[in-house]
Amino acid sequence: MQNKWIRWIILAALGVAVSGSLAFSGEMMSVRIKQGQLRSAPTFLGKILVTLQYRDRVSVLEQKGDWLHVSAHGGKFRGWIHKSALTEKKIELASGNETVGHTATTDEIALAGKGFNRQVEEEFKARNPNIRFDAIDRMEKLQVSQSDIIRFIKQGELSPQGGES
Amino acid sequence: MKSDRKAGIMRAIFRFMTVFFTIFLPLIWGCKTLNTITDIGTSVAVSTGVISETQGDAISKTTKAVAKTFEDITPEQEYYIGRTVGAMIMNRYKAYENSSVNRYVNVLGQTLAQASDMPETYGGYHFLVLDSSEINAFAAPGGLIFVTRGLLRCCKSEGAVAAVLAHEIGHVQHQHGLQAIDKSRLTTALTTIGTQAARVYGPKELSELTSHFEDAVSDVISTMVNSGYSRSFERQADQASVKILKNVGYSPQALVDMLNVMDQQLKPGGLDFAKTHPSPESRISDIKGQIGETDVSKRSAHRNKRFMAAMRNI
Repeated sequence: MQNKWIRWIILAALGVAVSGSLAFSGEMMSVRIKQGQLRSAPTFLGKILVTLQYRDRVSVLEQKGDWLHVSAHGGKFRGWIHKSALTEKKIELASGNETVGHTATTDEIALAGKGFNRQVEEEFKARNPNIRFDAIDRMEKLQVSQSDIIRFIKQGELSPQGGES
Repeated sequence: MKSDRKAGIMRAIFRFMTVFFTIFLPLIWGCKTLNTITDIGTSVAVSTGVISETQGDAISKTTKAVAKTFEDITPEQEYYIGRTVGAMIMNRYKAYENSSVNRYVNVLGQTLAQASDMPETYGGYHFLVLDSSEINAFAAPGGLIFVTRGLLRCCKSEGAVAAVLAHEIGHVQHQHGLQAIDKSRLTTALTTIGTQAARVYGPKELSELTSHFEDAVSDVISTMVNSGYSRSFERQADQASVKILKNVGYSPQALVDMLNVMDQQLKPGGLDFAKTHPSPESRISDIKGQIGETDVSKRSAHRNKRFMAAMRNI
């Protein structure tokens, strides 16, 4: 009788342990920014391994502070990405004029290009032709590379711990 | 004797279980949200046949609905709102055509943004100096940050410029711009039209959506440029600034020094920063505790040199 109980308890403990670790390691997330970099270490100073695109799915391997170690492109790349670049939602491309099924809520799925999008911006421009979008386009073009930032930090004798915890 | 040993084994197993549940589980799930724990529980229940899949879905959804906060606005939509807010700011101000200072504030600004709590936004952070002697700065949703020549003239060191930019990054990170949008307007725009998965909107929907968009943008502009954020939002941005400065290695005292300079420069009742911000004196008293007394930052000759070079014609 007691033997049976012991077996059940051990099985239950193992079950919880296995389901816990699987749920943690297998969690899928989506890139929620235009472009996000996977890095070799959990810091922006880490080497960039690959650039992921908006909507790309990643599988979470582990978490360290605000950084997630993920696997991307079907396991081809593994690297670190800041949690603010990811969402738990699946981001789907809206297609045609179909409406989303009633079962999906905005908590689970976000639609790329939904609501205020480029088309709305174009319509806004047509209504307000004098608004200076050209200045914003120029502003967005000015790019700063990670090596510029690293040089700036080194030469200025700064000591960033940013984003690590 | 045999039963004693069995009792001993039982006790050991129970002790193991207690340790496992009290120490291991929180460690494994420590950084997960309530959602995930519910998901795990629900999926276990579904897989063991305790509840049906539909019931499981319903339980997960209810928990998520409760856990849901703030506006249901995607980073992509925030980006488009921010671009238009920025474009409208550029209707009121001219860009300062000086590539050396613009490059400098962009490299410095990106360095600071990476040390903030929200380093990644849909379109990234971008900085621009405005050709105006007003003492002012703006942060459009999503990370477009504007600072006037007048405000830069108040900065006596790189740390002071960093304090200003980090304060604006604080507004972006806390989404203060988006929070200025009338809630009912946003709900109408995002639920009525926004849930439709149309890739290309028809003329009627597009027209309606664009009107909501115009209203939303004008809410942000009117708060940012005319009335200003609440004192608590300004305090949040100042607190973010102090944290970012410390993270990067600047002395947070730079923010206090900057506010002191502004206190002397701003004219009470003026139309710029004075109109939209609490008095520098009250802001200093709000962040004093967070800064503390110590100032451990190193003074770097190179930092000063590059600051002087960038600000030569400011």
